[in-house]
Amino acid sequence: MSAPSPYGEPQAVAALAERVMKAAERLSRRVTLMEVCGTHTHAIAAAGLRRLLPAKVRLIAGPGCPVCVTPVGYVDRAEALARRPGTIVTTFGDLLRVPSSRGSLERVRGEGADVRIVYSPRDALQIARENPGSTVVFLAVGFETTVPTVAAALAEAESDGVGNFLILSGHKIMPPPMRALARDPEVQVDGYLLPGHVSVITGSNAFAFVAEEFGIPAVVVGFTPTDVLRGVEALVGCLAAGKPEVINLYSRVVRPEGNTTAQALVARFFTTADVVWRGLGSIPGSGLALRPEFAHRDAALLEVEVPEPVEPAGCRCGEVLKGSIDPPECPLFATACTPTSPVGACMVSSEGTCAAWYRHERLATGDAR
Amino acid sequence: MCLAVPMKLIERSEALGVAELDGVRREVSLMLQPDAKLGDYVLVHAGYVIGTVDEEEAQATIELLRQVADARGTW
Amino acid sequence: MKRPDTILLAHGGGGRLTQELVREVFLPSLTNPALATLSDSAILEKLPPGRPALTTDAFVVDPPVFPGGDLGYLSVCGTVNDLAVAGARPVALTWALVLEEGLEIALLQTFVEGAARAAAEAGVAIVAGDTKVVPHGKGDRAYVVTAGLGVVPPKRDLGDHRVASGDAVVVSGPLGDHGATVMACRHKLGGEGLRSDCAPLAALAELVLKAGAEVHAMHDPTRGGLATTCHEVASRAGVRIVLEQAAIPVRPQVRSVCELLGLDPLYVACEGRIVLFLPDRDSDRVMKALNGHPLGQGSVRVGSVAAAQAGGAPVVLQTLYNTERPLDLLAGSELPRIC
Repeated sequence: MSAPSPYGEPQAVAALAERVMKAAERLSRRVTLMEVCGTHTHAIAAAGLRRLLPAKVRLIAGPGCPVCVTPVGYVDRAEALARRPGTIVTTFGDLLRVPSSRGSLERVRGEGADVRIVYSPRDALQIARENPGSTVVFLAVGFETTVPTVAAALAEAESDGVGNFLILSGHKIMPPPMRALARDPEVQVDGYLLPGHVSVITGSNAFAFVAEEFGIPAVVVGFTPTDVLRGVEALVGCLAAGKPEVINLYSRVVRPEGNTTAQALVARFFTTADVVWRGLGSIPGSGLALRPEFAHRDAALLEVEVPEPVEPAGCRCGEVLKGSIDPPECPLFATACTPTSPVGACMVSSEGTCAAWYRHERLATGDAR
Repeated sequence: MCLAVPMKLIERSEALGVAELDGVRREVSLMLQPDAKLGDYVLVHAGYVIGTVDEEEAQATIELLRQVADARGTW
Repeated sequence: MKRPDTILLAHGGGGRLTQELVREVFLPSLTNPALATLSDSAILEKLPPGRPALTTDAFVVDPPVFPGGDLGYLSVCGTVNDLAVAGARPVALTWALVLEEGLEIALLQTFVEGAARAAAEAGVAIVAGDTKVVPHGKGDRAYVVTAGLGVVPPKRDLGDHRVASGDAVVVSGPLGDHGATVMACRHKLGGEGLRSDCAPLAALAELVLKAGAEVHAMHDPTRGGLATTCHEVASRAGVRIVLEQAAIPVRPQVRSVCELLGLDPLYVACEGRIVLFLPDRDSDRVMKALNGHPLGQGSVRVGSVAAAQAGGAPVVLQTLYNTERPLDLLAGSELPRIC
């Protein structure tokens, strides 16, 4: 097997784990750190990093999985669009198995609807070019990392006159839920690992508020094991010293101001909106909707019959997303709710907290953090 | 929502380019990073270049990790 | 009248067009005495001594032609390999097609030639076939359904029932080449080094079984990859399998495709690899034999079998960082993700 990259080199990982252990000795109590990016959840679980952390450092996953926080109503509408005559629904693979009120996109594809997985919004645009007689709807979910790619595809559609390319926006942005979490008395988070690739777009400055407004330290980190452990070490250091700061440890790709070209393109097409986060309820200004002048690109305006959303009974996804409980505390976990028969979206997405826990943590010999 | 991979930009035209990682190539859009240069290491997400890798910062990080690994257990 | 370029419904009707298809597209490549009689059933010569083994498979693949193979080649390899890993020497195959109206005959030709090539490489004859045609829109270009007949020599006893704690887990080469190549084609990823590992493994399997080692079980890690195969074995044998991440062989191009699409190589299909379960003391000898064969290059030990732990995960990965994590059974096929 090829040698791991320097960012994943086992000696460096072991050394950093030791440094974290040492740094944690200066903590006066157990601390809870939260990451808010599904890709972090996945990467941490894949490397078994939790097993390297000291008992005083608890690392939990917050609402960073865009598929997990997509409300049932969005998937219901996507299904209805898939059933609409002359419509092709294009989507990232992540959404295919998310449970809707009555099924999923995978199921409706099984019934004959044209649902296609794409790797890029550009591929969806290409499908629109190749099928001028159909309405092609792209299910636009994702956080700040992905929104610019959708905006770019829309820009191309506008300039090339591809009139049959529409999107159903389910986009959300990170700072508002983090503010909501910081204000929520039920939530006790002492430090944040900030999403590295969201920060490439927004810039590390966008997260300065975490320390400035709430006095909580936060670190922008990448996704390799050394990146994550350096972040944990820095947070523990801030907490031990009582000095909340926002630090950028992913400077190889994250700049303070971010990607201004991307930001401008997003601003051209989208405006903030109050949207529902599954499990967290409505959070003001936390979503992105198409601006009115792009109504012709908005699949939400297509007339389809969408049933009343049915939230699964007993599902405690909301508390899991807030970090208030660990997956095993949900009565449905690993019984009624498993990756093969998921109840809540936390279990469907491979990096949803419950799925990651089921896959990687559930049967870890010894500790079940 | 962050699966982005560093790749090398080996071809570019106006708004499109070709990025490569260990022999695997993909056409990428440069609309979000129009000033990316041939030979740059770029961050690719969903078929778009969303950022460039700062070589100096990358090297500094690698050097730091090397020092950390070497110093293991000695402090 | 000019011959049609594409498959018509009439090609499946049994009449003149069907006969033309058989004569002009199938027989030139698939000639052998049994098939040439074109009778309703192929009557085979007496089988060699041993127990007959029978397998069946269905194949559909998108794209139907990919670097390293095509639907035809894949279908014969897959069938032969199912026999080979059971310890059976392949004797004869059947090859039935369901074609979609509108399929280019040139593409069908490619499948037939691919099947013939694989059969020749495997030293096996395709002795019977059939063709049906479904209307346009009712079939994904072509489906192939096969049956494979082989013979397990006397005294050979392979199977998961023999897998035991202490066994080594060996793979005959790098993982994920086929699945990564096919996924790459679907999502516009290119590169010269991407190539399916699709190959007939009967000769490689025989080499292993004659190496003087006590092989317990063999499998071909097709859909779902190595992790899924290990789950099947762990479940049937009632054991626990520990794979070592540091030992898992994955070619750089395959790793790149997996990183870009968010796939885990442990779950990506191979079509030309064998996973072996054998006593630890025999693993060096077997790997030497494998590495001496063109199709066994890069054979390596990737893990071991241990006793099952009550309430524990049946398949686990020892990571590069000395942590252990369970490798779970996939809910469905791996989907490319962006998260």
